[in-house]
Amino acid sequence: MSDTPGLNILGNEPSNPGRRRFIQGVIASGVAVSAMQYRFMQTARGQSSAGAERLITLNVNGQTRRVGVLKQETLAWTLRYKLGLTATKLGCDRAECGACTVTLDDTAHYSCSVLTHTVRGKKVVTVEGLASPDGTLHPVQQGVIDEQGFQCAFCMSGFMMAAAAFLKKNPNPTRAEMAHGVSGNLCRCQDYDKILTALMKAAEHTRRANNVA
Amino acid sequence: MAVIRDVMPNFDLVQPASLADARKLLDSDPDNVWLMAGGLDSFDWLKDRIRKPKTVVDLTGIDEMRGVRAWNDGIEIGPLTTLTDVVNDPMVKAKYSILSQAAELVASPQIRNQGTIGGNVSQDTRCWYYRSGWPCYRAGGNLCYADTPVGRNREHAILDAQRCVAVSPSDSAPALIALDAKFVISTKNGEKTIDAQDYFLGPAIDITHMTILKPGDILTAIRIPGTWANSKFYFEKIRDRNVWDFPLMNIAAAMKMSGNTITDARMAVAGAAARPWRLTDVEAQIKGKTADEATGKAAGELAVKDAVPLQFNAYKIPLMKNLVKRAISGVQEATWEA
Repeated sequence: MSDTPGLNILGNEPSNPGRRRFIQGVIASGVAVSAMQYRFMQTARGQSSAGAERLITLNVNGQTRRVGVLKQETLAWTLRYKLGLTATKLGCDRAECGACTVTLDDTAHYSCSVLTHTVRGKKVVTVEGLASPDGTLHPVQQGVIDEQGFQCAFCMSGFMMAAAAFLKKNPNPTRAEMAHGVSGNLCRCQDYDKILTALMKAAEHTRRANNVA
Repeated sequence: MAVIRDVMPNFDLVQPASLADARKLLDSDPDNVWLMAGGLDSFDWLKDRIRKPKTVVDLTGIDEMRGVRAWNDGIEIGPLTTLTDVVNDPMVKAKYSILSQAAELVASPQIRNQGTIGGNVSQDTRCWYYRSGWPCYRAGGNLCYADTPVGRNREHAILDAQRCVAVSPSDSAPALIALDAKFVISTKNGEKTIDAQDYFLGPAIDITHMTILKPGDILTAIRIPGTWANSKFYFEKIRDRNVWDFPLMNIAAAMKMSGNTITDARMAVAGAAARPWRLTDVEAQIKGKTADEATGKAAGELAVKDAVPLQFNAYKIPLMKNLVKRAISGVQEATWEA
């Protein structure tokens, strides 16, 4: 094939356009969707300049952060778009996938379904705050690196936060208990077996760290 | 239904720290106030722009409405107690394990960490026509989109449907009915206490509300008497996925036994009717009978006597028969490990 996809966008029509055109159409509509999301984000920022935000103080990853927050803003939104903590992913935005999991006072929550104004006074931890200040990795991070647990890893931050919260309460789980502990997180790659292996490794590291301390 | 990923439309957020403050807010403008506990039901409505309240009241700062404490010979549960805290509470576990079991089967760990027992019993139905904003009977319209020859009604009601065929989605509600719980409600005109099963409304009574709560009412306590503590319990939930899913049907049973003879029983199912359905006929029939498969089978037939299936939910009739049978014989015939 002599025609390259890149040139087609510039109007260089292939002789038999059917399938390719369809694919381009799909790609183009995908672009439109992302652009829409970006526009919505701008809208939210526009609202903020209109003064609907309140300046509040949050404890995020051990740091005190001052941030302007809309009344109706979710924690996932604040973390990603106001505080720049983009490791927390927004998947479904409906408490149905787990990608946005963070811990509030050591308990796992879907940050897409928590209003930021309701976490004042709570200790918020995201994946960015898992490692110690001296750079020592959290047992869950070490376990994931050791076992290369994730495939595309979009769900990884959520899984790691759910696992970190679970291991804090139960550092000695069976594989089934661990699966139950992170059952509020979905992996679209269906990589569950490897994820569980990594998280069981994380449990091992947690026990070792607890024994040392 | 389009999933919109923008921030929600503007609303004012009020965070009272006491029931008295919440009461004042509600008395001032009951019709424009949206009460929110864990928020997991609320956010769907707000994010989808189907409900647009002017003011959202976040109840979670009201500490007096949280926690489990001893009450007379039973317990009192604050409605803001999270499902995780209900599951792990030593008093619930020791005397009312059926409630602990039911709460543990709700949704996912993160949702149980945030979702409250008050919210779990007060949540709205999951009929997707209704939740997607279709102008159905329940939404104040004059049509049911689920009860048509092509309506997607696999999850809908087989009992007590009248125009609306939506079902109660709660797992903890049948357990609370089996335990003969009382719900305490703060209203504009003072406090009232009602039986758990009267908290829920069928479409014949009020087609647009799942519970007896009127604008301006707050559920302030759930009290469980000692009457059914440590009786023979059975809870089972049937769902498509082992996590997240609402019940296709569940059953909660509490039975008092003398040897293998049932001396008294309370039983309820969710997912069969618009409200958690108490099986009073079955309770009466099995009194004095042996808790075995034969009694269970006969009770199952009685339980579905008035059932009317829709196009895609006839499976719920044998399902309900079997659940009743298993609850009585106490044998869960099949399990599905995660």
